[in-house]
Amino acid sequence: MFRVYLDHMATTPLDREALAAMLPFLENSFGNPSRIYDLGSEAKEAIEHARESVARLINASPGEIIFTSSGAEANNLAIRGLAKANERRGMHVITSEIEHHSTLNAFRSLQKEGYVVTFLPVNSYGEVSVEKLESAITDRTTLVSVMLANYEVGTLQAVKEIAEIAHEKGALVHTDAVAAAGNIPVDVRALDVDALSLSAHTMYGPKGVGALYLREGLRIVPLIYSGIQEEGRRGGTENVAGIVGFGKAAELALKHLDKVERVRWLRDKLIEGVLEVEKVELTGHPEKRLPNHASFIVESVDGEALMMALSFEGIYIGNGTACISQVLRASPILLAMGYPAQRAQCSAIFTLGRETSKRDIEYVLSKFPGVVEKLRQISPLWKG
Amino acid sequence: MTEQKQPEIKFVEGIVPDAVEDVVYRMCPMHLMRLEERMKELKKGQILELQTDYEGALVDIPDWCRKTGNELIGVEDTGEFFKFYIKKTVD
Repeated sequence: MFRVYLDHMATTPLDREALAAMLPFLENSFGNPSRIYDLGSEAKEAIEHARESVARLINASPGEIIFTSSGAEANNLAIRGLAKANERRGMHVITSEIEHHSTLNAFRSLQKEGYVVTFLPVNSYGEVSVEKLESAITDRTTLVSVMLANYEVGTLQAVKEIAEIAHEKGALVHTDAVAAAGNIPVDVRALDVDALSLSAHTMYGPKGVGALYLREGLRIVPLIYSGIQEEGRRGGTENVAGIVGFGKAAELALKHLDKVERVRWLRDKLIEGVLEVEKVELTGHPEKRLPNHASFIVESVDGEALMMALSFEGIYIGNGTACISQVLRASPILLAMGYPAQRAQCSAIFTLGRETSKRDIEYVLSKFPGVVEKLRQISPLWKG
Repeated sequence: MTEQKQPEIKFVEGIVPDAVEDVVYRMCPMHLMRLEERMKELKKGQILELQTDYEGALVDIPDWCRKTGNELIGVEDTGEFFKFYIKKTVD
């Protein structure tokens, strides 16, 4: 069966070049990077080469990159580590209502430890309210964390503006760039952020590896205690093959950024076609959104049912942040944007990749109306 | 066998260093690794300020100074972390 994968926010396929770069470190070059003999030093050199590639992708210095096990760990390290390192200055921290669960739960853990956490609301496009940030921030606020782009609705946040407001009050700024990196240019200097999270598996790298950019000179309390790995900031023997794959994926992501316009064009064709179906609405901001992202509410069609029905046609889409959609029927992000619970269950997310073709989009558009029609016929909610 | 005496630590204030190394919240043994690296860069007579929150450094750094022959001028306790002042006295 013809297969079209349009769930790149959940994960991407592993690029063959990244796989090829990883293989020696899963076979003969298995040394521990902390050992100074040749087997160890070749692993160490490979890690440092990957660090340079990841740094280059976001215009950071290699010493500002801390490798982690995932984007979620990078978020946890940034939030808990920076809050704890600055606890003497204050215990007020700020985030938004539409962050990834790894961010929201890290903030909730701080809340249990006595921190005051402000969760900023969003408007109907999923944009974080800058005005609300201005009124919530105080001289005792130590950290503001707002994602660069939202996974579910694709909306881009005004992170540069947020950083300006936060820095004026002496607060540090973290942004979760897992959804954005590889899809749009990400520049830590231009954004003026102090910390930024990345994940390899959403940019054609392997699963099980992420990174935190931490501005040079900042202190951070570790999450995982051990020894000298990652300059004493993240313990545990390094995932050498994973890190090498991440480095190659970052190199390729930078190289392929020029494909963004082609992806945007295909995405626009998809949106145009999908919106031709009756009572389908685009969610998120119509312009200020990731170029590979198209998200909808398909009235009276359960998001999970649509995802499954399309998969039977060889079409793979998302219906919410991958890790929460299985347990929560209604998307908390759509609820925060003001959608009623019943409509927030009807979320369909199409996220394109650099391998997506015009033929793929045409195939999806040839199947989508029929699948929706069929599901609506059996939906008790449909009053078509 | 005689018991080895712990070196006495002098607590100081207002020392002006030639170089500063911040390893606050970095895990052990980063304080010793960075100390060794930074001291190599200094000239004889220059002072390094090494900042760490690791309490074990109160034993390790005097010990390192004794072994290498460099001078531990003293330690400043900021309440949040320690500032160790080490003078390079050997090449």
